[in-house]
Amino acid sequence: MDIAAPIVLEVKDLHAYLYTRWGVVRAVDGVSFALREGETLGLVGESGCGKTMTGLSVLRLLPEPAGRIVQGQVLLEGEDLVTKSEAEMRRVRGRRISMILQDPQTSLNPVFTIGDQLVEALRMLHVDGKPALAHRAEEALRRVKVAAPEQRMRAYPHQMSGGMKQRVVGAIAVAGEPRVLIADEPTTALDVTIQLQYLALLKEMQARTRLAMLFITHDFGIVARMCDRVAVMYAGRIVESGPTRALFRAPRHPYTEALMASVPRMEASVERLPSIEGQPPSLHDLPIGCRFAPRCRYADDRCRHEYPPTLPVGVAHEAACWRVEPSPPSR
Amino acid sequence: MARVEERIEVGMGPSPAAEASARPRSRGDLARLPWVSFFIIVVMVLVAVLAPLVAPHSPTEQSLPDKLRPPAWLEGGSTKHLLGTDVLGRDVLSRLIYGARVSLVVAAAALLAGGGVGLMVGIVSGYLGGRVDSFLMRVVDATLTFPTILIALLLAVSLGQGLQTIAIAITVLIWARFARVVRGEVLAVKARDFVALARVHGCSHVRIMAVHIVPNVLNTFMVLLTLHIGFVIIVEASLSFLGAGIPPPTPSWGQMVADGRSHIASAWWLAVVPGAAIMLVVLAFNLFGDWLRDWLDPRLRQV
Repeated sequence: MDIAAPIVLEVKDLHAYLYTRWGVVRAVDGVSFALREGETLGLVGESGCGKTMTGLSVLRLLPEPAGRIVQGQVLLEGEDLVTKSEAEMRRVRGRRISMILQDPQTSLNPVFTIGDQLVEALRMLHVDGKPALAHRAEEALRRVKVAAPEQRMRAYPHQMSGGMKQRVVGAIAVAGEPRVLIADEPTTALDVTIQLQYLALLKEMQARTRLAMLFITHDFGIVARMCDRVAVMYAGRIVESGPTRALFRAPRHPYTEALMASVPRMEASVERLPSIEGQPPSLHDLPIGCRFAPRCRYADDRCRHEYPPTLPVGVAHEAACWRVEPSPPSR
Repeated sequence: MARVEERIEVGMGPSPAAEASARPRSRGDLARLPWVSFFIIVVMVLVAVLAPLVAPHSPTEQSLPDKLRPPAWLEGGSTKHLLGTDVLGRDVLSRLIYGARVSLVVAAAALLAGGGVGLMVGIVSGYLGGRVDSFLMRVVDATLTFPTILIALLLAVSLGQGLQTIAIAITVLIWARFARVVRGEVLAVKARDFVALARVHGCSHVRIMAVHIVPNVLNTFMVLLTLHIGFVIIVEASLSFLGAGIPPPTPSWGQMVADGRSHIASAWWLAVVPGAAIMLVVLAFNLFGDWLRDWLDPRLRQV
């Protein structure tokens, strides 16, 4: 990672709520982060903590009509996406920000061949004749290391393996040469060996295009392998963020600490993995103070009544907890 | 990095099976064509189109001396009237041939209109969801509660008899069936990630409906269409049988059955021949529809 690289995507105090029949779900509740060119930011947290909603808010694709961005800014190369019209957003999507989803089985349209779908995606970006588009599509397949692209072009999605399909999805996602790629658990549905290959492929694509990647996952192994920086989300907020190495070595937020402790390790054999007691709070009805307080073993009265400020705890390392000793940001 | 690359290449070698199946439509598919139903449908369409050339007599020409002749293979029959004659001495075969025209035209018109409306309503309703969906589906519910024949009779009486009336009546009755099934299918398709990814790629809602949703519901739609051909033919025949269909002297199958009913004891062929024709054609279309369903599904096509 390159600290001096320009910031491509900056999310400032983003609040995205879902207005459901049962009340307001505060899925994203004050999230801020910045993403530099060529950098990978891992967004981790347990299910339902708002990771995916954060990704969708950036693209302004919250589930309609329930989802709405109520506050905050999403700055893509300085332009605020929150205030853009739908027509303007359509030009942003695919060309400047793209996304890969979890399940390759349903990410491709089953009634078209791989070639047709690539051409379709390319057609939205280039004004070109059919043969030229087909050529570009083949080229795109070759770049994601699909063997025999000429033949694969004519294959239907069901004739390919999951890993192969996810490669094609990747090829489609970067077809528009976006600046930012949001990868929402792209390897969860793949088996472990294929995961590794796919991650290597993503890294390679990133190195080639200086793509900034927002990597949403709950797998710390993948974070360690892929991400330059990590942001840990809990109940709609980022509780700790920092360089991967620093955060792994010295987690400062009790939640991060507990998460780390519950990751199985090869070297230590334990009877039972430590787990975090209790359940994450319902996003309908959040506690007034720190959201982790009910499950936190260090929590005191202040934690239960006041939300802690986000304080610097190291080089580009921040945590939102009353317990942390703020250290002056030393750059 | 190089080592990783190597591994990737190894894993991605083209398997011979995948290569073979990447070729679209192999010759084996021909063998699995539903030849019998296909044959019946082709014959019916050809005969209907070429009616003036194929029919041995005029369908409306009366010849009282020749009345109630039995079919050729029965005692008293002649090769002049292969399927016999009716009470007015009209040739049953010729009437059957011209009647096929009526059935086909009504079926085509009603299915095009009703199916088209149903497809659009189903797609819009399923894709947009929410209040639009609730409203459209209540309309569909209401339409589906209409007693088919009663409404058709009502329309036929109020609009006057004729081909258009029947086509309109049937359209009004069947669009809702299409809408309901298509909507269900759209709901399933919409939930899949490729629709979300199409949005990520900057497709508009209209484009997603046209490019991503329609092709995915088209096979269901086609099957529904073929299965409804039989239904439409039967409704048309029923209406004509009840006297609210095609006005005489234009021959129609349902009307022929109705006319033959009173002579069933003495001249059974008058009712049985058109009845058998209706049954055969409906059966043929239904079997064809079944086959089409399998054939249109890329997953079942080349196994």
